[in-house]
Amino acid sequence: MSAPVTPDPWTALRRHTPARIALGRTGASLPTSEVLGFALAHAQARDAVHAPFEAEAAAAAMRALGLETLIVDSAAPDRAAYLRRPDLGRALSEAGRAALAAQAARAPGSCDLAIVVADGLSSTAVHAHAAPLVEALLPMVREAGWRLGPVVVARQARVALGDAVGELLEARLVILLVGERPGLSSPDSLGAYITFAPKVGRTDAERNCVSNIRAEGLGYDAAAFKLAWHAREALRLGLTGVGLKDESDLAALQTVTPPRSVPAGSRSPTG
Amino acid sequence: MAYRATLGGTTWTFETLADLMAKASPPRSGDALAGIAAASAQHNVAAKTALAEVPLKTFLTQALVPYEVDEVTRLILDGHDAAAFAPVASLTVGEFRDWLLSELATPAALARLAPGLTPEMAAAVSKLMRNQDLILAASKCRVTTRFRNTIGLAGTMAVRLQPNHPTDDPAGITASILDGLLYGCGDAVIGINPASDSLNVLGDLTRLMDDLIRRFEIPTQSCVLTHVTTAIQLIERGAPVDLVFQSIAGTQAANASFGVTLDLLREGLDAGRSLGRGTVGDNVMYFETGQGSALSAGAHHGVDQQTLEARAYGVARAFEPLLVNSVVGFIGPEYLYDGKQIIRAGLEDHFCGKLLGAPLGVDVCYTNHAEADQDDMDSLLTLLATAGVTFVMGVPGADDVMLNYQSTSFHDALYVRELLGLKRAPEFEAWLERARIVGADGRLAPRAAGHPLLTAGAGG
Repeated sequence: MSAPVTPDPWTALRRHTPARIALGRTGASLPTSEVLGFALAHAQARDAVHAPFEAEAAAAAMRALGLETLIVDSAAPDRAAYLRRPDLGRALSEAGRAALAAQAARAPGSCDLAIVVADGLSSTAVHAHAAPLVEALLPMVREAGWRLGPVVVARQARVALGDAVGELLEARLVILLVGERPGLSSPDSLGAYITFAPKVGRTDAERNCVSNIRAEGLGYDAAAFKLAWHAREALRLGLTGVGLKDESDLAALQTVTPPRSVPAGSRSPTG
Repeated sequence: MAYRATLGGTTWTFETLADLMAKASPPRSGDALAGIAAASAQHNVAAKTALAEVPLKTFLTQALVPYEVDEVTRLILDGHDAAAFAPVASLTVGEFRDWLLSELATPAALARLAPGLTPEMAAAVSKLMRNQDLILAASKCRVTTRFRNTIGLAGTMAVRLQPNHPTDDPAGITASILDGLLYGCGDAVIGINPASDSLNVLGDLTRLMDDLIRRFEIPTQSCVLTHVTTAIQLIERGAPVDLVFQSIAGTQAANASFGVTLDLLREGLDAGRSLGRGTVGDNVMYFETGQGSALSAGAHHGVDQQTLEARAYGVARAFEPLLVNSVVGFIGPEYLYDGKQIIRAGLEDHFCGKLLGAPLGVDVCYTNHAEADQDDMDSLLTLLATAGVTFVMGVPGADDVMLNYQSTSFHDALYVRELLGLKRAPEFEAWLERARIVGADGRLAPRAAGHPLLTAGAGG
């Protein structure tokens, strides 16, 4: 006897959305194949959260692009503390602070733009996308004549860690690349947060975000274009955040407001 | 004044009522993050023991968040109904738990009592209740609301159809809506979390849902979950807005972080009602809440997150909402660490909301950085359904591809209906039957490729 699964005669609608529609059913329940498919997607997302961040490899990839690098830790000692204590992930470790201060003392006032590579909630995303994105961004940085500080690779880091880094490097602007909260269908999505005049205490309302950078989302060239556009406008206007509306070519470059920074009160922020 | 409990020769002291409430809370990461949690298991039980002795009426004179600085406190205390409170006015928190679980607490008595209770009283008693107490007491609370259908009747559970798409693509959203309707979901609301905040996009999404609802004469309502000020703008531009949405929290400062005040919510309510689009009622507001939002905004005043969550329901009920839901596992493991904490919080939120008279639904959900999985969600969904939850979410395959978290699915709703015999809102259930989507028993009917909804979808 054949399996009692009832297929849905609207699988053609799947071409319109990545959502899990037309799954079919057995009685009221999901078919076995869908239960297993979901379990695999969840396992991938879980592993993306907990996969160790290969900071040395990330730094080596940046050096291969001809960039100086510096590896720092946040104040969160491990992944468990990182997940429970967002405040620790936003602060630098003592050693990290000292290393950045020493760097700034060596070359004071030499940094227009600081780039921070942070593991965030998906080291998988950082491993996959950080270096290709920076590679796409570099020609635009050079054309604009912005002086780059060392690329700071930060472990157990949240978005606001960029404020501490940027402040110590005396950067005019910080771009922080971070592994976004992994979804079942997007375990490797990279986000980029741009903050003018970074200093500890900046709020998320004072940043702009380019989100969903990954193969199935926003491509490297398009994301780099958006980042350069925001950087240029931020330096021209002297601000980032709600006062800087994204007017880069919306038609050609689809962007998505990230869940965490939905400012319209659609969902509570997780910072 | 300080509160004390002596257990096994050790005397524990709690300096303030807020401290006592925080220490009496079942453990959760958010209170630890705030530095207000009990230091040990015995510390927690000592606080519960002391809290059980506190007279309920104490909460009318000792504000946890100062009256002078917080309009939510003023709303709660100024709006307190002393006559409704009278039946329990002489009870302590511990005695109130006993009362709630007794035969005295009938559905009618609980409905009369609701305006006499403050959120702090509800939160306090919940801290002394086990999960089964939260389920049983909540199951006796009935809150019924209406717009184009009737939500909250005994023996029913509604579902919000949540057809989100990462780029708000109209065809993609339509595909998810059709999938949900064909799975018998959507009586609470068809509600989109938009990725965009462009007024044009939001207006288009509003019209997309309105067209579908009118074309197929579906007795339900739509909502684009955007800021209340945006909804007011959409209404001014003539968009067919059914429900006005807003995220709210339990303190004035946390609400300020969402960009809202009570006056602004009143404006939203008035704007929504001005359109007169409801056919069987005028409950036009849809609120979302979640434990941890006040701490996240640095606006918690040293009060535990569960008490502040109950205060959010105190805000909600003042605006006669159609729907209120706690996004219980959405905010992240820094507030609710694992499946156990999420399950406990979901039951607390549902109980407190219902006791206060709010039409409480729960987004049974988790994020991928929480220590939780589908098994935990199955447990919470089943428990809430037995507790009489007003509505839950319906997300295709439980995977929200825009908000990046897992909620409950269309299949999950079918599961609890099958298990517990729960019906949909009656107007919607009748429509499903007329549309041959379900049979007379409420179960899905055999699939037909030529269903009118699908021929509509092919064009979209």
